[in-house]
Amino acid sequence: MELIKPGIKIPFTRYRFIAVAISSVINLMVLVLLFTKGPLLGVDFAGGTVAQLKFTKPVTIPEVRNALGELGAGDTVIQDFGQQGSNEFLVRMQRTSVQLGELGEQIKAGLTRQFGSGGFEVRRIESVGPKVGSELRQKGAWSVIAATVMMGIYIWLRFELRFGLGAVVALIHDVLVTIGALIIANYEFDLTIVAALLTVVGYSVNDTVIVCDRVRENMRKVKRESLENIINTSINETLSRTIITTGTAILVLLALFMLGGGVIRPFAFALLVGFFSGVYSTIFIASPVVLMWEKRAAAKKS
Amino acid sequence: MRQSVLTRASLFAIAILAAIIYLVPTFVHPLPSWWTSFLPADRINLGLDLQGGSHLVLGVKVDKAIENNIERIKGELTNVMREKGASGVSVERVEGNLLQVRVAAASVERVRGILKSDFAYLVEAKTPQTVSGNTDFYLTLNKEELRSLRDYAVDQSLETIRNRIDQFGVSEPIIQREGQENILIQLPGIQDPERAKEIIGKTALLEFKLVDDTANVEDAIKNGPPPGRQLVYGHVGRGDSVGAEKQAYVLESRALMTGEYVQDARVRPAQQLQGASVELILNGPGARLFEQITAANVKRRLAIVLDNRVYSAPVIQERIGGGRASITGNFSIQEARDLSIVLRAGALPAPVEILEERTVGPSLGSDSIRQGVISFVVGASLVIIFMLVYYRGAGLLADVALMFHILFLLAILAAFKAVLTMPGIAGIVLIAGMAVDANVLINERIREELHAGRTPRSAVEAGFQHAMPAIIDTNVTTFLSGVILFQFGTGPIKGFAVTLCIGILTTVITAVYMTRVYYDYRAVAGKLKHISI
Repeated sequence: MELIKPGIKIPFTRYRFIAVAISSVINLMVLVLLFTKGPLLGVDFAGGTVAQLKFTKPVTIPEVRNALGELGAGDTVIQDFGQQGSNEFLVRMQRTSVQLGELGEQIKAGLTRQFGSGGFEVRRIESVGPKVGSELRQKGAWSVIAATVMMGIYIWLRFELRFGLGAVVALIHDVLVTIGALIIANYEFDLTIVAALLTVVGYSVNDTVIVCDRVRENMRKVKRESLENIINTSINETLSRTIITTGTAILVLLALFMLGGGVIRPFAFALLVGFFSGVYSTIFIASPVVLMWEKRAAAKKS
Repeated sequence: MRQSVLTRASLFAIAILAAIIYLVPTFVHPLPSWWTSFLPADRINLGLDLQGGSHLVLGVKVDKAIENNIERIKGELTNVMREKGASGVSVERVEGNLLQVRVAAASVERVRGILKSDFAYLVEAKTPQTVSGNTDFYLTLNKEELRSLRDYAVDQSLETIRNRIDQFGVSEPIIQREGQENILIQLPGIQDPERAKEIIGKTALLEFKLVDDTANVEDAIKNGPPPGRQLVYGHVGRGDSVGAEKQAYVLESRALMTGEYVQDARVRPAQQLQGASVELILNGPGARLFEQITAANVKRRLAIVLDNRVYSAPVIQERIGGGRASITGNFSIQEARDLSIVLRAGALPAPVEILEERTVGPSLGSDSIRQGVISFVVGASLVIIFMLVYYRGAGLLADVALMFHILFLLAILAAFKAVLTMPGIAGIVLIAGMAVDANVLINERIREELHAGRTPRSAVEAGFQHAMPAIIDTNVTTFLSGVILFQFGTGPIKGFAVTLCIGILTTVITAVYMTRVYYDYRAVAGKLKHISI
């Protein structure tokens, strides 16, 4: 079976200006979103407490809020969690149990008054102090930046500087698109999201590697062709493997996203978006950057 | 060629056998005894998020420990100066770690000498100033002393907490230092995290102080205690009604004895009118000291102070020998038991605060495992079917390689006693989708070479050869991001990074080298005339 027939010739590089323009606008919008609405930070980064509750009978959010009494007031967020009809809720509050062990006991006491001691279960409770949160936030951001730069350096060493630059720009695009999608889908940013972003960086660059590898090979084979044509041929020749390698990863991610449960869903979502974006950016971002760099260098020379 | 195929095939056979042996302990419980005597018994352990339990990060307030030390040095300075005949010297702690030593003009040289000989670990924070005939020295701890005090405070806290947890009874706890001032604690399968936290977090500084009955308590509350005295409130036990009035005491600030002399602490069950109490058994020197103290203060009240709360303040009726004292406080039997644990394990050198806490109940863990296994089975099946449909024979080969990859990945995790977390499971699922990438690259290349008119045998040869650089580069980049993630990550995230990195190694081995053995075998056997791809 063949999804993409050999000998296919799509003039990808011809669409590069419109693609770069659209991507720039999207990235700019993500940046605006990032600094206006901002990411929804989970307790890992914002500090605070999150409790996952499961009830034996159907209950409503107002009932839970009521039962929590004073704890349910203020900026406490209560939302449905898990599958439909599993009667699970996530309770988020800004405060942490600075007083040893108090918060968990208070939650239990409130719920016991309302629902009886057998009527609910505290399945998970996580508290992170504000200091730890801000430290993790910084470390997380730096690790994503470091990974991106490292990929660029690796490509530079293995291929050429201009390919390294193209890869870095493409990766920045992928990370921004993923972040934007997470913000729009209202998923919380926590440690697993950082793990997802780093994986996106490490995996999206693969498509760029495959294309670069072919460009290098083709440059040795045909000397007289323009770089634009070589890149275009290379993209076309590697198109089916770019799509299939990412496609198999997407298959397992879909399974994780739908069946993996509430904890892993945002993680799978981020990878799905990032991997899709990775294929797109290899074709429409990395290659144009290489070409533009080439044109600028040529203009400088003359 | 024939020889090389045979060698490689046998190597893989041995590796597969070893992998199966390493995986048996993970899936077979209990292991037969003959197994454990000469075969590996290590297995993949479940992380806290999968088996349930508590993960705590404590911050040791080392600054507090250093402040306490500065107070102690202050006392020592005063004493040594007096003993060595330097008169007109007064020592104050001005702020934080800064000591001010005020010296009359006549003693300046002598004090300088004593500081140099007896207090070498103190350095001058700023140049001495002369104010109306007196010289003020400003001293603080030198860097080495500061560092060793910090280290001591954290290490000592770690030891004490380890003692407490051991006595509390948790199986396979992990207690280790994290970073400069933090302590990481993992308590698998714990049922009552609140109680554990209370036991871990109590400073448990036990002091015996005399009650100053001449001082007026009301006055002290209003205007602050007189010099050398302090105002301390009484303990309100769990049995007491909420809002019970706390009694205030005026105590002499100097502690006559502290908890370091406690050898053992036992619970005494409740008696008619009282709740349970805790009996302290002092060690030899402690018993002698306690005898001296009680002998010298008959008819006075001795307050037993724990973490700045007065638990009881009985009147000393007579000299008490034998080294026994008891703390009463209307305790429930559990409170008394917990208190005896912390007293036995000793005091923390500095207070601790909980920086991070993650507790997962056992039911959530088993749900997560189920969801992880289901998504793995579904995801891997989708990939296997896709490869089979898309590449037929070559797809089947890739699928077999994928199965061996999973076998190797799990075996290596077991051999390293790796901890499997939910993100780790997600990593295994994800890697299943990435594992066939190398096969895709090789197969696509073989197809290309076939289109170019090569024979199957030379197309396979060229396909492997030309796909190799891209396979190496793509795997190196993903591996690098896994390494960065490992550096950054905590707990569960590290589990993901580990599976990602190990998985990349095993995919290269199975997807490239194993499939190559198969093609080479066919080539040697003269059966590589057709290729299903």
